[in-house]
Amino acid sequence: MSDVTRSTGTQLVKRGLAEMLKGGVIMDVVDPVQAKIAEDAGAVAVMALERVPSDIRRDGGVARMSDPEMIEGIKEVVTIPVMAKARIGHFAEAQILQALGVDYVDESEVLTPADEAHHIDKWAFDVPFVCGATNLGEALRRISEGACLIRSKGEAGTGNIVEAVRHLRSILGDMRRITQADQAELFDWAKRLQAPLPLIQEIAETGVLPVPMFCAGGIATPADAALVMQLGAQSVFVGSGIFKSDDPAPRARAIVEAATNFEDPTMLAKVSRGLGSAMPGLEIGQLETRLADRGW
Amino acid sequence: MKVGVLALQGAFARHVQMLGDLGVSGTEVRTADELSDVDALVLPGGESTTMSMLLDSSGLRDEVADRISGGMPVLGTCAGMILLAAHVADGRPDQRSFAAIDIDVRRNGYGRQVDSFESDLDVTDLDEPFHGVFIRAPVVDRVGDGVEVLATVDGRPVLCSQGSVVVASFHPEMAGDGRIHGRFLDMAFDA
Repeated sequence: MSDVTRSTGTQLVKRGLAEMLKGGVIMDVVDPVQAKIAEDAGAVAVMALERVPSDIRRDGGVARMSDPEMIEGIKEVVTIPVMAKARIGHFAEAQILQALGVDYVDESEVLTPADEAHHIDKWAFDVPFVCGATNLGEALRRISEGACLIRSKGEAGTGNIVEAVRHLRSILGDMRRITQADQAELFDWAKRLQAPLPLIQEIAETGVLPVPMFCAGGIATPADAALVMQLGAQSVFVGSGIFKSDDPAPRARAIVEAATNFEDPTMLAKVSRGLGSAMPGLEIGQLETRLADRGW
Repeated sequence: MKVGVLALQGAFARHVQMLGDLGVSGTEVRTADELSDVDALVLPGGESTTMSMLLDSSGLRDEVADRISGGMPVLGTCAGMILLAAHVADGRPDQRSFAAIDIDVRRNGYGRQVDSFESDLDVTDLDEPFHGVFIRAPVVDRVGDGVEVLATVDGRPVLCSQGSVVVASFHPEMAGDGRIHGRFLDMAFDA
């Protein structure tokens, strides 16, 4: 029982952290003060970024990885995992985030993409990656590139849950259909979804994604969290929904309670009371930029 | 015998699945009513700070503490180990633990996620090594006299038991190997 050989950066430990985040809420924070509020409210992790999606949407311009100093500042004040975003395809930003010791990298459509054809080769990293998806094909392409956690994209910064619901229903609906397909039809599924056949075959056999699936984009209330978790999401990312609301701390706490008690309407009614106004929402049809369209 | 898995947050579904594979019906526990229905309890991995808050808001904290002092067998993995420890270092100031086993732990003592690791462990009374999966795992800094250390990594305890309490700093629910759970069930059934 002396010195043992340790393997780090394996698929099991990368996917394992995602398992530990299940049934929880990951909150976007832009500074150490918000990070502390998030941890105090019971967040399972924080996502460090320079501007929440609704501000990125309003300000326009190129959105990039956050300043390392800001990420380090957040790491110092919380004991829970810290995630940070890199631009789609920007592997150098991801290398920097890994060197900073962040616990998860989000290759995110909320930032301005750096590559119009390629996502990051995520197998090359020890740090695990989460990626967004609007449909099952996109999810499986990200998994084949090494993503260890998938989040349905929704439409970030809108406070509107409709896109998240559409994406979740698309991903989970196709998975249910694949479990009903015969062997020959699986080839067609792989072709239609532009996804690797072995992953399609795995879903046909197990009925689940090979990695956990969370939900992001448009969650603004405890009821929103309960809705997407009943649909099949295993945790929720909340971006602008908390710190763009009237009273962030109680709302954050209420969404945490909702992620645990998502099947208990009595509890949901209790935690939804007196939270003040949610963030102002946006109609999807009136958006100039659809962030969910980013990613290939 | 019914085994509950604390389902406030974390990898509880993995434990339920593992118990099912061993022929035991594992039930998710989120309320005091659900707790009163089980004979043993698993505290899963996850975020110990989040679980600790939810133990308070759900009204489960005192109920779980009462059951543990009444001798209910408990298995705690990773965050579950933190919740059962006597003293927790590097936690939040408001974080409380059940002090069900006489060990002191340090949260994330093995480092951040990039330091998370897998390793084969020699476990007392197991013929073959057990594959340990350590994820932002807690380090055991001190074990009391009454605590039996069943496995170590680099000289530090990673699997301990005392009375009807078993704790692991790794994730036996993640390795596809039911021997740690089996051992806990044997102990719980005999108790």
